[in-house]
Amino acid sequence: MTAAPDGLARSESRDDKSRRGPLALNGVTRRFGEFTAVDNVSFEVGPGELLALVGASGSGKTTTLRMAAGYEIPDAGTVTLGGKDITKVAPERRGFGMVFQHYALFPHMPVEDNVAFGLEARGVSKAERLKKARASLANVGLEGAGSRAIQSLSGGEQQRVALARALVIEPRALLLDEPLSNLDPTLRHAMRDDLRAMLRRVGVPALFVTHDQEDAFAVADRIALLKMGKLLQVGTPEELYNAPVSREVAAFIGRGSIVPAIDKGNTATVTIGGVARDLNVTRAKGAPSHLETAYVVLRPDALELSRSAGVLAWRGRIANRRFAGGVIVYHVQLADGISVDVESQAGEAHEDDNVSISPLKGPFPLVPA
Amino acid sequence: MALLLWTVVYPNVAVIAGSFENGLGHWREFAASPADREALWTSLVISVASVFASLAIGVPLAFLLGRFEFPGRRLLRAVATLPAALPPLVGVIAFLFLYGESGLVTRVVQRALGMAEAPWRLKGVGAIVFVHAYTMYVYVFLFVSAGLERFDATLDEAASGLGANTWQRLRRVTLPLLMPAVAGSALLVFMNALGSFSAPYVFGGGLRVLSTQILASKINGAMGLAYVETTVLALSAVAGLVLFRWLDSKRKYTLASKGGRTRRTIRSRRIQILITVASAVIVVALVLPHLMVILVSFARDGAWTTQVLPPEYTFENYRRLFSESELWKPITNSVSMALIATAANLVVCFIAGYLIVLRKFGGRGLLELLVALPWAIPATAIALGLAATFNRNDLLTGRVLLVGTFWILPLAYFIRDIPLVASAVESSLRQMDASLEDAARGLGASWMMTMRRVILPAARPGLVAGGLLAAVTAVGEFVASVVLYTHSNRPISMEILAQLRALAFGTAAAYSVLLIFLVLLMTLAARSFEERLA
Repeated sequence: MTAAPDGLARSESRDDKSRRGPLALNGVTRRFGEFTAVDNVSFEVGPGELLALVGASGSGKTTTLRMAAGYEIPDAGTVTLGGKDITKVAPERRGFGMVFQHYALFPHMPVEDNVAFGLEARGVSKAERLKKARASLANVGLEGAGSRAIQSLSGGEQQRVALARALVIEPRALLLDEPLSNLDPTLRHAMRDDLRAMLRRVGVPALFVTHDQEDAFAVADRIALLKMGKLLQVGTPEELYNAPVSREVAAFIGRGSIVPAIDKGNTATVTIGGVARDLNVTRAKGAPSHLETAYVVLRPDALELSRSAGVLAWRGRIANRRFAGGVIVYHVQLADGISVDVESQAGEAHEDDNVSISPLKGPFPLVPA
Repeated sequence: MALLLWTVVYPNVAVIAGSFENGLGHWREFAASPADREALWTSLVISVASVFASLAIGVPLAFLLGRFEFPGRRLLRAVATLPAALPPLVGVIAFLFLYGESGLVTRVVQRALGMAEAPWRLKGVGAIVFVHAYTMYVYVFLFVSAGLERFDATLDEAASGLGANTWQRLRRVTLPLLMPAVAGSALLVFMNALGSFSAPYVFGGGLRVLSTQILASKINGAMGLAYVETTVLALSAVAGLVLFRWLDSKRKYTLASKGGRTRRTIRSRRIQILITVASAVIVVALVLPHLMVILVSFARDGAWTTQVLPPEYTFENYRRLFSESELWKPITNSVSMALIATAANLVVCFIAGYLIVLRKFGGRGLLELLVALPWAIPATAIALGLAATFNRNDLLTGRVLLVGTFWILPLAYFIRDIPLVASAVESSLRQMDASLEDAARGLGASWMMTMRRVILPAARPGLVAGGLLAAVTAVGEFVASVVLYTHSNRPISMEILAQLRALAFGTAAAYSVLLIFLVLLMTLAARSFEERLA
């Protein structure tokens, strides 16, 4: 957004700090009857930062977003912006930009009226708001689409209009509910980069909800993982992938098999079919230095498949072979009821072949039970 | 909500209370009266017979038009819903002109067969069911046609792939899946027939049904008995409603998929001719009542006696309607009362629809019930309830004197049309993405702005369609009017009846044509309004 100062932005922004400050949820809880949808969730999103709320459906991510937006009032906890408590401020007074899951574009208004709606609500003159709406549309790559009907837009275009509508009010924070989930896969991949670029340019806290961890990896600076209303972990995608705090996080983020191990400090021993291997391990920040019951996460890209029988390798049989672009993914059944996915550049192995699996250098994530 | 409780519920309570005003006395009187027992029985027989007659016409017609392609299909489709456009009393009159003792068709048959007397008399249960079937089959036709359109063609193909023949497919797949549509329309016909007043009133002869019996008791001053009869009529309607709901609740599937289907072109030359001839006959039968009313409206009053067709034609009937203030009055009455009632419907039902669809609050279930209630209560019962409630000024019991004033009829029309307008508004709002309201608020819009710019435009199609239906029913309303009208606010329908009694057929028909014209005008106005906004 070009920062053209105007009556609206100035009258709405009480002081610079609240405009530039972080959005924080502090121990928010929301119950619906007996059901606790969100349970004591805390995190902070800095100005210009992109945080993804990730979780399966029913994990409470949308309710969390709605509390940040003001559509739900938490039963406990507070929402602050730049340190100022806004928990009970009505949505229309928050000055946040929100992009809804199905975009919630007003079907009876042309594109530019949709985009100008927030300015109309702020009493901006018609000429002024149309000018700004068009500028905002140009910003999302839709110049000249102002007079088109909403119904004539493709899904990707609708998404951009929704974004332009949220951005034109110069929001203090941006909230996006599944912004990519209604796009077809090809468009979706292209939009990830566009979305990240556009959100970074705005420079306000941006919070978005997604059930798709690939979307989260591609767009977010940090990820907050929710399960059944509880926050499991907040961190960069790399942290969640390489140093999950629990088996649950490890199981949700990335693919991989989680196998029992014996914690030996810098390494851990994994024994499959009588073959014991010591693996380099990493622990989550602040995790205990020794775990009584420990598990290691074996990611497909940290294992190696070979058709020759190595003495120190785990033996198994290929149950399934799947071509996944540049690599082949083999699903290999090992001993002790353990199976792993292995990525391999070479495609000469086939289903029912006996193969050996060895761990690469690692390090491998070590998680508690 | 308080307004709805006051106008919708209170009158019914007053009626039920009135029926017990001297303990069980009036109920004993009702039970002991052979006339009343006969009336209850006849009402039920007529209603059930009307349901079957409407099904017998509506279902095959829907199949014929929905599944087959033949010459004349478009024309038949266009006129198939025509009977619904006739105000109830006008339909009855048209039948009188056509099939009554001195009606056109009756006379033609009589002459053709060289009979001394009319071959039939348009009287009794048969006549009433005949008229009901003509006006009410449209519900069945529309429901089943819609069901057929939504019917997933692949289901039928799957069945035939599994080796089912045409008859097996119809019996095991198509009909069971159409049951919801059939049941829904059957309920609608049942409720309409039970509350029907005009046909029994005009053709009943000595026949008694509950709705006419209520008016008779009221005119005779036996209010207590009228209250009992009203309660019984309302209870029968509610019982019918509950019975249908219960039958429908046993169904565990819905027709969800949208399946396009191509109509089958009939190849056999003989069947093609047969169907074309049959559909030509149906078209004529459907259009004839309208044509007849128009024709008679040009007939000189008193001149049409034993001839097949009226012998003399004149513009006199219309000239008098527009020039004589006594004859013009009912027209301005009907139009202004219909507009007042419709305006009130739009405001109240918009608020109610908004609350029901978009707000979560404790009394929502009650509100839903309140706006649907007048639908379950026959119009005669509603009218009598109003007569029982708004008959004196008494602030303590919340009564206002409206009976005998102009305002009682707009109030009655308003109540009758609440369910129509409310359900139209509700369905419009339900189609709206609920997050639009959130989006508007999130963008900083005040409550007023959200209403004006987002909710109202979303409700608009429902408001226009519901308002049109309300205005159309109100302008031709007869059943509640006959109970509550006074000379000074008499609507068109009452004037038609009065002219009919005075054997001024031409004038009665001219009024009817005017009424049809008004309905047409409103429809066109609503359509152009909607087009201009959309």
